[in-house]
Amino acid sequence: MADRHPEPDTPQLRARWGNFAWTEANAAKAKEIIARYPAGRQRSAVMPLLDLAQRQVGAEENTQGWLPLPVMEYVAAQLDMPIIRVLEVATFYTMYNIAPVGRFHVQVCGTTPCMLRGSDDILAVCKQRGLKKGHTTADGLFTLTEVECMGNCASAPMVQINDDNYEDLTAERIEHILDELAAGRQPKTGTQEPGRHTVEPVGGPTSLTAMVSENHDYRGEW
Amino acid sequence: MPKVKVDGVELEVPAGATVLQACELAGKEIPRFCYHERLSIAGNCRMCLVEVKPGPPKPQASCALPAAEGQEIRTDSEMVKKAREGVMEFLLINHPLDCPICDQGGECDLQDQSVAYGRGGSRYHEHKRAVTEKYMGPLIKTTMTRCIHCTRCVRFSEEIAGVDEIGALYRGETMQISTYLEKAAKHELSANVIDLCPVGALTSKPYAFEARPWELKKTLSIDVSDAIGANIRLDSRGREVLRILPRVNDDVNEEWLADRGRFLVDGLTRRRLDRPWLRRDGKLVAATWAEAFAAVASINPGSSVAVVAGDLVDCETMFAAKELAGALGSTLLEGRQTGLAYTASNLAAVAFNSTLGGIEEADAILIVGSQIRDEAPLLNARLRKAVKRGAKVFVIGPVWDTTYPATFLGEDAGLLFDLPSDVTDAFGAAAKPAIIIGGGALAKGALEAGLGFAERFNLVRDGWNGFNVLHMAASRMGGLMLGYAQAGGLADLVAAKPKMVISLGADEVDWTKFADSMIVHIGHHGDKAAHAADVILPAAAFSEKDGTYVNTEGRVQFAERAVFAPGEAREDWTILRALADAFGVNVGFDSFEQLRAAMIAQVPALGVEGLADYGALPAAPATAACSGTIGYPIKDPYLNNAIGRASPTLQRCSSELLHGELQAEAAE
Repeated sequence: MADRHPEPDTPQLRARWGNFAWTEANAAKAKEIIARYPAGRQRSAVMPLLDLAQRQVGAEENTQGWLPLPVMEYVAAQLDMPIIRVLEVATFYTMYNIAPVGRFHVQVCGTTPCMLRGSDDILAVCKQRGLKKGHTTADGLFTLTEVECMGNCASAPMVQINDDNYEDLTAERIEHILDELAAGRQPKTGTQEPGRHTVEPVGGPTSLTAMVSENHDYRGEW
Repeated sequence: MPKVKVDGVELEVPAGATVLQACELAGKEIPRFCYHERLSIAGNCRMCLVEVKPGPPKPQASCALPAAEGQEIRTDSEMVKKAREGVMEFLLINHPLDCPICDQGGECDLQDQSVAYGRGGSRYHEHKRAVTEKYMGPLIKTTMTRCIHCTRCVRFSEEIAGVDEIGALYRGETMQISTYLEKAAKHELSANVIDLCPVGALTSKPYAFEARPWELKKTLSIDVSDAIGANIRLDSRGREVLRILPRVNDDVNEEWLADRGRFLVDGLTRRRLDRPWLRRDGKLVAATWAEAFAAVASINPGSSVAVVAGDLVDCETMFAAKELAGALGSTLLEGRQTGLAYTASNLAAVAFNSTLGGIEEADAILIVGSQIRDEAPLLNARLRKAVKRGAKVFVIGPVWDTTYPATFLGEDAGLLFDLPSDVTDAFGAAAKPAIIIGGGALAKGALEAGLGFAERFNLVRDGWNGFNVLHMAASRMGGLMLGYAQAGGLADLVAAKPKMVISLGADEVDWTKFADSMIVHIGHHGDKAAHAADVILPAAAFSEKDGTYVNTEGRVQFAERAVFAPGEAREDWTILRALADAFGVNVGFDSFEQLRAAMIAQVPALGVEGLADYGALPAAPATAACSGTIGYPIKDPYLNNAIGRASPTLQRCSSELLHGELQAEAAE
């Protein structure tokens, strides 16, 4: 995270993104988003609009998408707000990519629960496949980032790839997921544990067992 | 009016006060970094922690906590002491220990407060964070590793200056203060962030490594770069003024100062006239004082004398020159160098009657022919406050970049007679309507039309006078009070074809019009007038003499001498007194005290610090004509006076910020 920097403002960047404009569909969407906020408070729409812009950039160059400076300026102009305020938002939230990323943005959680459950193995697999933290692979497919807790501790370890979470990972499972993505197929999202649906306890409930089949009043037993 | 108890002492605090303010009322010092009286409350430095009951059993940030009835506040408990020590220790974790090479040293909030409230040592042994320097233009030097993220600079540029250009990028430990793409901070109040910065992250670039605060002699003075008369402090060492800082005066400049007033300081030592010069065979040659006075005496002008006062002179100088001209039998005095000729018989009609503080309360403001940001940057901050409180602003004149919503009506001064209905509606409904007439409009004869406007919309009412004229020269109101105004303006002087013209630092006059006259220039800089002069008598700049200045409101203020004039230069009044001897006339004063006493006897208001009373507005003339496209007189706000033009810092500001010429930094 300490190495986050906006892509430098070069003539090439201006040439590529200087005339960024919403696609027709996104223009309508942006209008709808701005309309959610009271008149004069259109600045509130900066976060959804940046997300929309990031996705449009992603669609244009077939990546997860990122925010070139001219695109941020475009959003600032539309919301009639100073560009520095937009840049503040974009640099604050790590889900806005301020530098180019690959087709799949692999965000490996390395916080304590995931680490205890083997996130080091996941990172080792990524390293083995040529993914380097903060870099995109030569084929433009994968960008690796180590992130902090994503709130999936009950099914740790996990990675987030673009909009999807992949949980209960092992070295083999992450290999498989990355293979599938590289091959252009969509692997199963969510938990990878066979038989598990979401984050329910593995092997059946260990507490509140009387609640499984019917509603049970525990109050008398306290 | 809630009653609270601070350290066991009960007191009543105003409704809406914060706990911090309550503690200050009780006489307790609360350490703080992010809190500032004139900025919004951020509550992010946590230095102002106090113990408050009732409330959660932990210290609370007093700056952001409203004082409520029955609160028991402790600022001296063990909990508070430990909390302050803890906060200070965290702040110092990433703060470099480079005080010996830091320009803030000696006047640093962090330094002072760590001595007063911090622990003796640090328990932190890991690496400190380092942040790259950020470029913020030719005035602000940055050392961002020292930044403690108080965001005062961010709030200042957003709230007071109205130019959103500084922001806090990234987050947490990696948070950095920067302008967008490290562009220069461009607005006219930008350097105030230097004063606001509680640490040495933002310091003055021209003043870098010049002096330590305890070496400096502090002198109270008045800013002469515009007609606002900002209260300043001159910090001098030896014979040189090293820097200029604003003083707090809520009626005038609050605690801000425009960049050009702050950084003209290095112009005070450059391109100075430090010896008399005489023009011989078309060339200026150095002379002695005796030769110079002999040359002036040989002109023998009789009563054919005229005096032109420049923009920077004090009342005493103008009075001395007036007495000299009077002794010679002349009343040809003029201070409006560019040829303005508005009627100055009633001073109420040419003053800023709302007062600078009062204009904040106006709810409808019509600006006629004034580029406020160039002409009076501090007034612009006031207008921004007024707009924030709901005032509507209309402008007649070419479009400029306001820092608040304003409606531009057009460029023709004649619009005053032909206002659109939204303007008339707004003024009809306004409780405190105001008009501000600038120099650009005065040139088109808008003064009478403005008086008509004032009568039509009843601008003068109970407890409110909304008729304002905004001048641009520090000497203007004083000059008008002393009679430096001819009915026809400077043209009258030209028409009189005087044998001798005395220029009191009059650098903006078109001297070709006085080609047949002997021009005696009493001034401090080798500027435009010096090139035209036949005799140059070196005088003192505003920092080198005691003087009285009257700002555009009619506020009389005294400035003191910080240093002596360089070389053979003398204080202006002594030169004029010596000239009287050379001409063999008597001006009636031999000392500065006598001069001042004579001046006060003639114009009593000049002896009383504060607003002069100019009486009631004159009735609007039945016929008033004003028309023509308005133009703004200030072409370069950084180089609008002789001192500024001699200042390398302001020259750089002008070329870099106004004309976009980037100057390469020397390799460090």
